[in-house]
Amino acid sequence: MSIYLNKDSKIIVQGITGGMGAKHTTLMLQSGSNIVGGVNARKAGTTVELDGKELPVFGTVEEAMKETGADVSVAFVPPAFTKDACIEAIDAGIGLLVVITEGVPVQDTAEVWSYLQSEANKAGTRMIGPNCPGIITPGESLAGITPHTIAGTGPVGLVSKSGTLTYQMMYELKDYGFSTAIGIGGDPIIGTTHIDALAAFEADPDTLAIVMIGEIGGDAEERAAAYIKDNVTKPVVGYVAGFTAPEGKTMGHAGAIVSGSSGTAQAKKEALEAVGVKVGKTPSETAELMREVLRNL
Amino acid sequence: MDLMEYQAKELFAKHGVTTTLGVVVETADAARAAAEEMGGVTVVKAQVKAGGRGKAGGVKLAKTADEAFEHASNILGMEIKGLTVNRVLVTPATPPVEEYYFSFLLDRANRQYLCIASVEGGVEIEEVAKTNPDAVKQIPIDPGTGVDAAKAREIATAAKFPEAVFEQAVTMIEALYTVFVEEDATLVEVNPLARLADDKLEALDGKISLDDNASEVRHHEHEAFEIKDETDPLEAKAKAKGLNYVKLDGQVGIIGNGAGLVMSTLDVVAYAGEAHGGVKPANFLDIGGGANAQVMADGLDVILNDEQVKSVFVNVFGGITACDEVANGIKGALEILGDAATKPLVVRLDGNNVDKGRAILDELNHPLVTQVDTMDGAADKAAELANGGK
Repeated sequence: MSIYLNKDSKIIVQGITGGMGAKHTTLMLQSGSNIVGGVNARKAGTTVELDGKELPVFGTVEEAMKETGADVSVAFVPPAFTKDACIEAIDAGIGLLVVITEGVPVQDTAEVWSYLQSEANKAGTRMIGPNCPGIITPGESLAGITPHTIAGTGPVGLVSKSGTLTYQMMYELKDYGFSTAIGIGGDPIIGTTHIDALAAFEADPDTLAIVMIGEIGGDAEERAAAYIKDNVTKPVVGYVAGFTAPEGKTMGHAGAIVSGSSGTAQAKKEALEAVGVKVGKTPSETAELMREVLRNL
Repeated sequence: MDLMEYQAKELFAKHGVTTTLGVVVETADAARAAAEEMGGVTVVKAQVKAGGRGKAGGVKLAKTADEAFEHASNILGMEIKGLTVNRVLVTPATPPVEEYYFSFLLDRANRQYLCIASVEGGVEIEEVAKTNPDAVKQIPIDPGTGVDAAKAREIATAAKFPEAVFEQAVTMIEALYTVFVEEDATLVEVNPLARLADDKLEALDGKISLDDNASEVRHHEHEAFEIKDETDPLEAKAKAKGLNYVKLDGQVGIIGNGAGLVMSTLDVVAYAGEAHGGVKPANFLDIGGGANAQVMADGLDVILNDEQVKSVFVNVFGGITACDEVANGIKGALEILGDAATKPLVVRLDGNNVDKGRAILDELNHPLVTQVDTMDGAADKAAELANGGK
């Protein structure tokens, strides 16, 4: 078992003909993902050959879904067109929409989120991202850009704001492996939150323990802590990046802005520890805490 | 990007929000000339990206042009919350009868927009919010439907704007929302929104934060708001090269990929530094996805120009980035920099194509480059080198 993505997932790629889209479609195919086609309005009716596989290119997500039965879309479209690509996928009724694109204007994402909450979202589309590495269920499927060679399948569920910290943590715990690892993205507004992933991991019988990675800015980790207290029975180990970040300086992610007392790494650590989550000071220490948890299960 | 008051007011005026632009000057003489031109009573206001300017003595009324000169002399060069005042705004004085508070902002927690409005505005608004929260109305805005005339009316009613200025408030709310969406802001704040003696509403002060992603995608004109002299020279250099760099106060230069990993690297280096004379990370630098030789050379160039830097830690986990590209980037960067590269580099590569990447650096066998396989080990080595090998 896993969350959101498994071996039966049929994946299309929005922006499959672009540099990033083609490169990562190849890597997804190499990981064993069932990629069934791509979308590019200007190249409809053509095919692309990636990793020795001939993939059809459709004009719209709707057409791609009709022809292939796809239920997952991974979007690699430029930031200026990301909002439209998302709306198109939601209108077509895709089950899972994974938005890799970095640099999407936050008001565009706000509008997409509003659309996801509206009656227009008839199929109940779930969005992951934007500005995220996507999701991997090792040994089954990859919808995103996480290197599939880092770690295999295992009992740990991982949810992280940061892409490279997802990889780092998978690497640290490759001796145990993962049920699913999901990078939710560090933007101020995202589709799937820490809380959503925690709920899904709690319900997944193959996930025995959860690693939650956060970073400075916002209060998502604090809210996740409150959720864990009342709803999560599985052990959770946490890591928060940015203890030494100076206040008021933006560190790359639009979301990672420390403002005043809330949003600091220390505040997040304290909120998590208050509900019984062990929090590591570094990725390696966090992995060690998780190993301890797994040994005692 | 946060705007200064005079820049925010320019955007207000552009979208029909009533305000008085005034004149921005950088010398006391120019302040006197501006006040003379305006005649009557003027206000001299420090222009820095910080609140509490009035309380810090950065806002003064001037009855005459000579007084404006005097105030400007005192305010220019003053420090407010660690920021030096390099310019002042001179405007005709429009004394408020009542002060209101109004803002639109991005509400991250609820993934929507939020309008905050109060008829008890002014410098004590945060205090009012604490002691009398009912007086500070918070109205959620659905980004899908936004603010139309009816919504603006609903907001004005909820905030209890007095009848004499009610219709003006409705118009102003719509105009402020236009500023918020048309300019892709994450914050548009007016405090005070002033009721003047003739029952006219006017934005006496303004604060705007713009979304950097949107500025990049569809508001290239926002570049004009960047004030070069307010930026650290190394940060300015990095920005010119499109690098995501923040200068910090330390000795270990940091280059990594991905904001989360780089932040984590800063933490790990700071902890490692505790055992090596208390050395600290010197910067944040995220090279992002495409770490080719030029990007790496640009990054190293910026970091090596930081005189405080004693060693450099390159920490890359290949996801989008392939380690062989990063290794070639380091190799190319060292060639480009030649004799300018003088500080030791500790490199830790993992992930996508790691074996190829490590082999490239092994083969290079450069005297300045040390490879360490783990993040903790590499941080320790970099801290040790920054502390003169101790």
